Amino acid sequence: MTADNKPSGSRRDFLKTAAATAGLAAAGTFVPARFAIGQQAKVKVGLMLPYTGTFAQLGDAITNAFKLYVAEKGGKLGGRELEYYVVDDESNPAKATDNVNRLITRDKVDVVVGTVHSGVLLGMVKVARETGALLICPNAGADEATGPLCAPNIFRTSFTNWQPAHPMGKVFYEKGYKTAVTITWKYAAGEQMVNSFKEGYTKLGGKILKELYLPFPQVEFQALLTEIASLKPDCVFSFFAGGGAVKFVKDYAAAGLKDKIPLGGPGFLTDGTLEAQGAAAQGLLTTLHYGDGIETEINKRFQFNYAKTYRSRPDVYAVQGYDAAQLLALGLEAVKGDIGARKNVIKAMEGAKIVSPRGTWTMSKAHNPIQDIYLRRVEGVENKVIGVAWKALADPARGCKMT
Amino acid sequence: MPASRALTIALFVGLVALALFPLFGDKYYIQLLTKIMIMAIFAMSLDLLVGYTGLVSLGHAAFFGLAGYVLAMMAPQDAAASLWITLPAALGGAALAALIIGFLVLRTSGIYFIMVTLAFAQMLFFFIHDSKYFGGSDGAYVYFRPTAALTGVQLFDLENFNHFYYVVLALMAGVYVLLQVILRSPFGAVIVGIRTNEHRMRSLGYPTFRYKLVCFVIGGTVAGLAGYFNAAQFGFVNPELLSWHQSGIALMMVLLGGMGTLFGPVLGAFAMILLEQLFQGLTEHWLLVMGGFIIAVVLFLPHGLYGLAAQLGRKREAEND
Amino acid sequence: MDLNIFLIQFLNGIQYGLLLFLVASGLTLIFGIMGIINLAHGSFYMVGAYLAFAFTRATGNLGLAILLGLAAAVVLGLVLERALIRVLYQRDHLYQVLLTYGLILVFEELRSVLFGNDVHGVPIPQWLSYSIPLTDTLSYPVYRVAISGVCVALVAGMYYLINRTRLGMMIRAGASNREMVQSLGINIKLIYTAVFALGVALAAFAGMIAAPIASVFPGMGNQILIISFVVVVIGGIGSITGTLLSALLIGLADTFGQVLLPELAGMTVYLVMALMLLWRPQGMFRKSA
Repeated sequence: MTADNKPSGSRRDFLKTAAATAGLAAAGTFVPARFAIGQQAKVKVGLMLPYTGTFAQLGDAITNAFKLYVAEKGGKLGGRELEYYVVDDESNPAKATDNVNRLITRDKVDVVVGTVHSGVLLGMVKVARETGALLICPNAGADEATGPLCAPNIFRTSFTNWQPAHPMGKVFYEKGYKTAVTITWKYAAGEQMVNSFKEGYTKLGGKILKELYLPFPQVEFQALLTEIASLKPDCVFSFFAGGGAVKFVKDYAAAGLKDKIPLGGPGFLTDGTLEAQGAAAQGLLTTLHYGDGIETEINKRFQFNYAKTYRSRPDVYAVQGYDAAQLLALGLEAVKGDIGARKNVIKAMEGAKIVSPRGTWTMSKAHNPIQDIYLRRVEGVENKVIGVAWKALADPARGCKMT
Repeated sequence: MPASRALTIALFVGLVALALFPLFGDKYYIQLLTKIMIMAIFAMSLDLLVGYTGLVSLGHAAFFGLAGYVLAMMAPQDAAASLWITLPAALGGAALAALIIGFLVLRTSGIYFIMVTLAFAQMLFFFIHDSKYFGGSDGAYVYFRPTAALTGVQLFDLENFNHFYYVVLALMAGVYVLLQVILRSPFGAVIVGIRTNEHRMRSLGYPTFRYKLVCFVIGGTVAGLAGYFNAAQFGFVNPELLSWHQSGIALMMVLLGGMGTLFGPVLGAFAMILLEQLFQGLTEHWLLVMGGFIIAVVLFLPHGLYGLAAQLGRKREAEND
Repeated sequence: MDLNIFLIQFLNGIQYGLLLFLVASGLTLIFGIMGIINLAHGSFYMVGAYLAFAFTRATGNLGLAILLGLAAAVVLGLVLERALIRVLYQRDHLYQVLLTYGLILVFEELRSVLFGNDVHGVPIPQWLSYSIPLTDTLSYPVYRVAISGVCVALVAGMYYLINRTRLGMMIRAGASNREMVQSLGINIKLIYTAVFALGVALAAFAGMIAAPIASVFPGMGNQILIISFVVVVIGGIGSITGTLLSALLIGLADTFGQVLLPELAGMTVYLVMALMLLWRPQGMFRKSA
């Protein structure tokens, strides 16, 4: 799997973009598009992310930040320019293996970056494991990808579902909350986060009164909120994201529960949607590997440059995309741009110590960040970092044979 | 030249072209064509219901996805499952599901039928999505493609993408012939009769419900065949395979190619998947283009590409005369 | 479950059911009267929600935003009927399915182009922004009660329109015998245009009044579409009474399903539907065709 491929040093597509190739090839002209043109070829980066549908925003943020880092480096990583091949994965797992095949088999990219949706990621992981293609995941948190399905060529610059959920157990318990109810959608990410919270919380002595699940992606919470009110726990752990998160936080407050039973969860509950959540979210405690008010030099520079280039505030997804580019840069620098020397690329990435806007993190043996998880409190439209909930937290990577 | 002969020639040329393709084609395009042919089988199975029996099903993907799941559940993690065990099981599973669902949904007709098939597919979707046993929303892997070895003899190796391609090509041709044979049999005549006038067929003494049910089961089973090979090709099944969007795409293939022709859905599968790739390359908002395209086809191409070709052919004939 | 909680859950179910009725009513009208299957109904719900968001932001007043939004929705309905839907009356349902499927894609991407992919909130008007305490821990938001009130008023209004007015009579006649109505000199085309616009407006209205509690976000229309289908199937196409009862049934089934059968919560409503089909294949209130 780590066998060195031939260096693609002198190869270059004469068609500028993947887009043009896709169109022509699809129309039936199967152009043998490989020509040797003097100068050194570009490193081919496949971006497989959602650009349509519910997660389009996240796909854009990741792409923007990835390109921002490359631009900061003068457009070159390890001395070589980059060429992008872009596929919209639509967050549709049914097309996942096919889409990633297009990048790997047809476009022959050197590295694939993606994606947001966990189900799609697992399809990509399947292909990456079979073909040995280098894969960097800038978001999707499916525990399996760096757990039982871990592989030398699969890296992640974001988080496992286990990570941001786990410290919340400690936070709640130390506040003296002895009983909890959990609520999330009935799907893999929700279940993994609840299990992680439960693990941390019950180990300390906390008691889970009930685990509540809502069919995905339904947003009618009233029945379960009523149940929470009747169970009267000391605290509620919840994971929702996007539109569901906004509605849940608002419904929770409107049901009068907010001031009586503290609500918390992984940061996705409040990230990127605070403007929509308004007063209902004020004071909520969440845990995540990024937040507002991290006063480091690199974070300030990152935020400034991102805002200048894209006219919007960078979020946690942007940070993960930025770090995906940092990780790739590290691998390429170690081999002076010769990405064909795969063993050494992977070795460099394994030993990565990334100075990230989120804080410095290192790569675990299972290829997932060992990182600080912050405790944040909602103030206005900010998730203000008020402390570190867990220093250098590593995913247990259960089932991974590389650890 | 009579239309039927033109069609035969076109079919033959197409088949030869497909058979020769792996000799020249790049690996990716061989795999792409394999996928397209699998979708063509799926679309043909739907055409049997929509184009011939007049049953517009918006839940056909349920059988497609279910068969894939049967394979995923039967395949061990560390070895290849036998094709000769898993394929009949997958087809049987799809057929059984089609029998049960068909028994319920065929009590309705028209708009009701559309909505009810949609709702039942949705029920199966949640059944799999919410169940840990099936891998939930994360889906499940088929680690190795099924092996075709039987008593030590191995005719073909599905792990080889060229072999896989030819197997699927043979199946596509086989399904085409099978469905043609069925439709030209007395059974087929009754089916088409039901579509034109169910009351009349019933008053002639045909138990139309049973005929429709048989048709529904055949359609579901063939969809299962496509779903099985889809799962085998990609090695990954997900609840999304059963979703109504998947059914919608298949309906679009049927219409785009030309419904009620069997040949049309095959054409539609090719056109649809290639167009999707083309549109994706044009703009980030390619779904807008796709939506517009679908609307345009409905408005201006009601008989699909096949109808268009036939029309052009007739025109030409008229000019030649 | 003690009696208190049971009653609150019952209330939740009824309230959810009324909201479902609001969405499904437009669907059942278009189905029942025009014989058109409309997959884009969820998209109209989404359009309504985004109109409420845009106009509220512009005017600062939800009531005004709803009025403007309703006008816009009616115009949208008229234009769509004239330009696209009209072609489909004589065609097989298959074409209706696909054309409206195309519309879903178009509306979803237009939303993305015009509004981006962020989640946006719509503020609840100040005077409705309170909650009534029910138990020591639980309160009930006044806005939800207000929505239920609006729904009940709408049920009455629609019932009156269909059964007691001249327009309603023409609509009913048009649904059962198109040719006859036409031969009587009534302009059936105009009626169909009006009904379609009414259906779009109802879906959009549901989206608008739900926006302050649901927020507006990508994909919101798809969630509501399938459940509306189930409501219409159980209720019997074209029947307002049937749709109301069916919506309440589904609202209750879903609410109690989540509490009592959490393992099957995703399937509860479909199971209810399957059972209903076994009992009455044409829905509760469909006169046999």
